[in-house]
Amino acid sequence: MSGTRAAIAGIGATEFSKDSGRSELRLAAEAVFAALDDAGLDPSDVDGMVTFTQDTNQEIAVAREIGAGELTFFSRVEYGGGAACGTVAHAAMAVATGMARTVVCYRAFNERSGRRFGQPDARLGGQPTSQGLEMSWHVPFGLMTPAAWVAMFARRYMHVHGATSEDFGRVAVAMRRHAATNPAAWFYQRPITLEEHQASRWIVEPLRLFDCCQESDGAVALVVTSVERARDLRRSPAVVTAAAQGSAEGQMMMTSYYRDDMSGLPEMSVVGRRLWEMSGLKPRDVRTAILYDHFTPFVLAQLEELGFCGRGEAPGFVRDGGIELGGRLPVNPHGGQLGEAYIHGMNGIAEAVRQIRGTSANQVPGVEHVLVTAGTGVPTSGLILSAG
Amino acid sequence: MTDLDMSPGDELLELAEKQAALGEVRGGPAADPVNIPMIRHWLDAMGDANRSYLDKGVSPPAMAQVWTMPGVRRGVKDRSPVDDVLAALDAAGYTGVVATNCEQTYHRPARVGERLSAATRFSGLIGPKRTALGEGYFATWNVTWYGEGDAPVAEMMFRVLKFRPRRKSGTPAASTAPYPLRPAQNRDTAFFWEGVRQGELRIQSCADCGRLRHPPGPVCPSCRSTSRSYVVARGEGTVFSYVVHHHPPVPGRETPFVVAVVELPEGVRIVGNVVDCPPDAVGIGMELRATYRAMDDEVILPMWAPRES
Repeated sequence: MSGTRAAIAGIGATEFSKDSGRSELRLAAEAVFAALDDAGLDPSDVDGMVTFTQDTNQEIAVAREIGAGELTFFSRVEYGGGAACGTVAHAAMAVATGMARTVVCYRAFNERSGRRFGQPDARLGGQPTSQGLEMSWHVPFGLMTPAAWVAMFARRYMHVHGATSEDFGRVAVAMRRHAATNPAAWFYQRPITLEEHQASRWIVEPLRLFDCCQESDGAVALVVTSVERARDLRRSPAVVTAAAQGSAEGQMMMTSYYRDDMSGLPEMSVVGRRLWEMSGLKPRDVRTAILYDHFTPFVLAQLEELGFCGRGEAPGFVRDGGIELGGRLPVNPHGGQLGEAYIHGMNGIAEAVRQIRGTSANQVPGVEHVLVTAGTGVPTSGLILSAG
Repeated sequence: MTDLDMSPGDELLELAEKQAALGEVRGGPAADPVNIPMIRHWLDAMGDANRSYLDKGVSPPAMAQVWTMPGVRRGVKDRSPVDDVLAALDAAGYTGVVATNCEQTYHRPARVGERLSAATRFSGLIGPKRTALGEGYFATWNVTWYGEGDAPVAEMMFRVLKFRPRRKSGTPAASTAPYPLRPAQNRDTAFFWEGVRQGELRIQSCADCGRLRHPPGPVCPSCRSTSRSYVVARGEGTVFSYVVHHHPPVPGRETPFVVAVVELPEGVRIVGNVVDCPPDAVGIGMELRATYRAMDDEVILPMWAPRES
């Protein structure tokens, strides 16, 4: 990236639970404090904030709670979990342009004990905004949960590539296996078998319960500053080598069913091409990847869109244990959102930083670069983080 | 539609008198005799720890009705003098029902091995009455359970209020609850929903370059024209992809239901439900024809049925 290069200098999180017992604003403040402590910075150092459009905690509210002073940059990123890496991209741009020096990215919610994204909300198609109208071609037919929107793509992927429910199940089994040895994971010490996946009930065919990630309460925060400054701080920096957002032709929020092909994730292809171009790296340079895993089928599609394997080859890649620890490309060593927690992808970025630092509970050897993605099936974003 | 101004009262009361005059109508013997396994399950379900019923081999008195229940399939249900009255009330628009009284009298315990039978007497119809639920009639009947040898075991007086559900004030005769999943519309999309109300599937076409487009929008992405028209689709399509929704429950819908991305021969895709066939019968490539379903008194949705049906 041009301009002042940015790095993630601190990561912080609350515990991941099903009922935090605290307000979302308090969770945000706790995660931000933890990230600042990790970096060795003070709230008074913070002059920028970025979060998701969907976050209920305004930047100014978090700033008040943590006792930050003046902010010179604040920004929001759209499209649900697609925002995750975008928050770091926006922060890096602010650092690169000098709009801010120390930017905090955060996501905090009680997604299990509060508003659950998986529950149908009749208001989705209610207003004639562009998104409300988009939803109105789907919601009246009862197509109104993330699992249902994704299942429509999954069915087409199965049809085109001959993939099976077991191929999806192998992703879930790998994530739960990773989570089983990560003490911070909700599913710590609770792996599942492929048989258990196959026996789990239908949510929206062809997706079973274990194809859907869990719901979590919790918060994650990241501190972004310049690489030079990060080198003087407490922890080794995770350099933002590349950052990208992506939306493809004919893009919709989660129902891009009207494009020629429905078996891929063209918006992730946009992100992937940008990441490889910007970094000058190739898929073989990446030892481990954090791939957004709210639903298992999209992990397969991402492997293909990002060039880790050819189109239609992901089921074979996964069948050989390719995404497990010790495999060709260990994916989500922390257990992902299926295994660790669903914090809208932000916990994955924190894991990428730990992999760069060499401090993960499931450390992959020889990591220099980690590719991270954000929400799939939506306009999305991605990062390549590097040691340095 | 029922004519709300017509008073069906006289006919209802006349029918009720006729049914009451039938006196006690005896049903057939119960499917099973009074038996220990059923008593044990019932005590368990009720949380009754008293073992003396099992020890003495007698039915708990409150179980009387259990022995002659017809079962969920109801194929062998005895006809009773009550049925015609309730059906007439339904037909007259008194479709709501709420039980208001149930009084039971126990004469003697039923013994294990005894096969009970029930006899029903229609006792009377009172109304119309104005109630908080709406205008309605109170229907009362008595059931007597007999053991072998015609010795009565128990009796029950049962009363229900059959009422005409209130309409929300200011709205026209609402026959169904409002469908909760209403599409938002604006000036760019209203033509589609207007078409659906007329039983046609409209696809936006550019009035300048002719490009078809669904979902529609205000500007032609090919030529920037804002002059829009539409063509009426033939109403045929094939399944391009589909899902079967099981969980969680969706307001206004019964699960499982099928939603499909349907490819039209006109060259666009549209999302809709596949109906009139079991979810297992749906597959990619299946041929469909458009159909239209009223979800309530206002919302009509285009849906898809197997073409051969």
